[in-house]
Amino acid sequence: MTRSEAPSSSEQTTLLAVGTKKGLWLGTSTDRAAFTFTGPHFLMHEIPSIGIDTRDGRTRILVGLRSEHWGPTVAHSDDLGATWQEPEHGAITFPPDTETALERVWQIQPDSAERPGVVWAGCEPISVWKSVDGGEHFELNRGLWNHPHRTEWGAGFGGAAAHTVLPSASDPTTIHVAMSTGGVYRSTDSGESWTARNRGIGADFMPEETPEFGQCVHKIARDPNNPDTLYAQNHGGVYRSDDNGDTWNSIAQGLPTDFGFTILAHPSRSGTAWVVPIKADIERIPPQGQLAVHRTDDAGASWQRFSAGLVEPDYNVVLRDAAAVDTLEPAGVYFGTRGGSVYASADEGEHFAEVLAHLPDVLCVRAAAVEL
Amino acid sequence: MPEVTVLVPSLLRPLVGGSAELRLAAESGATVAQLLDAIGGEFPVFNRRVRDETGALRRYVNIYLNGDDVRRLEGLKTPVAAGQELMIIQSVAGG
Repeated sequence: MTRSEAPSSSEQTTLLAVGTKKGLWLGTSTDRAAFTFTGPHFLMHEIPSIGIDTRDGRTRILVGLRSEHWGPTVAHSDDLGATWQEPEHGAITFPPDTETALERVWQIQPDSAERPGVVWAGCEPISVWKSVDGGEHFELNRGLWNHPHRTEWGAGFGGAAAHTVLPSASDPTTIHVAMSTGGVYRSTDSGESWTARNRGIGADFMPEETPEFGQCVHKIARDPNNPDTLYAQNHGGVYRSDDNGDTWNSIAQGLPTDFGFTILAHPSRSGTAWVVPIKADIERIPPQGQLAVHRTDDAGASWQRFSAGLVEPDYNVVLRDAAAVDTLEPAGVYFGTRGGSVYASADEGEHFAEVLAHLPDVLCVRAAAVEL
Repeated sequence: MPEVTVLVPSLLRPLVGGSAELRLAAESGATVAQLLDAIGGEFPVFNRRVRDETGALRRYVNIYLNGDDVRRLEGLKTPVAAGQELMIIQSVAGG
């Protein structure tokens, strides 16, 4: 397995951002075990998306907010949450000709270090957006918005959304998007056009076993060194693609179940990924009520189960964006549950510590090494 | 100049300079939407909290004109006369 450069964890401050159904908590730690938290920020706002952008010599926290009353918006902070800015006319608003209103920002994804200022967003209704000014203003991607499949895309329980946007660090023209329901779409022309890329991914809620599109792919992740290698946690099925999404093969063997919401790729080492299995579509609890993280170090050929430090029993699920890795070596792994627990591991998921408890439902977790 | 009074809910007052009520000139035939446009010109974030980008009133925001829900009148096209009072208030939502 290959490895890209990653900073050592010694003398680094790690920022942990936790978005919940009723606000945002921000924590910092120098050892990734003891965190000092502030919050709730944006009390009574749902926080379904967070982006931590450490490019350009500053740490910018971008958050997608949504109030049941006052609607969705995007705010950012350049001082670790001490103050927040919100563009007066909104960072993400649908152009008038679409006659559409933004419902929720599901994903805020800074692009690579080579493209500072570029930030992607995935939203409900299903749409992808690109910012070139650090997330202060986004432009609707018309290629996906005008896609002929649009009328056939559906809504999962959480709403019809592009919930994952994966730019390729090595190739600025390649972007993958995952949507529920619709599946994986890929652009190889910087977002001008998009093609469904779901061959091999199942859809057991549809009559056709592996349709061209319509799958409910819950989350995808990209290998840090081999940009053509992708991992997918599907609504039933865990997959890997080695050809940039053209074909997908099951890597679920060795897992207790193939259902789940999140999948994480290692930030610097190829072949390592994490999932948090859920018993089944119709029984959405951790298997036997015992929460566990499963890690592969051989690209899905085998899996190891880790639960040290996790409270048992736990009947809460981990949602698709409620898990993250940091950028340190060894990698930190973080996740939160719908029961409001947040766990941190400084050793790639082998041991966890509960760093927050009894929060509202955790919707989004992000972590990064930051300069204070 | 005859005026219309707009009562601002406490949660939105920071977005209009802290005011609990705004007084707007009541031009003949002005609608609720036009009054909101006038407020939004000065306070665009306030406007986005009350209406989405299509101009529609957000689902869980209510506006009462002298005590009557404008959704039961002519919606945002309801005309507002001088001396009347618009109350903006959040509806019941959330868990």
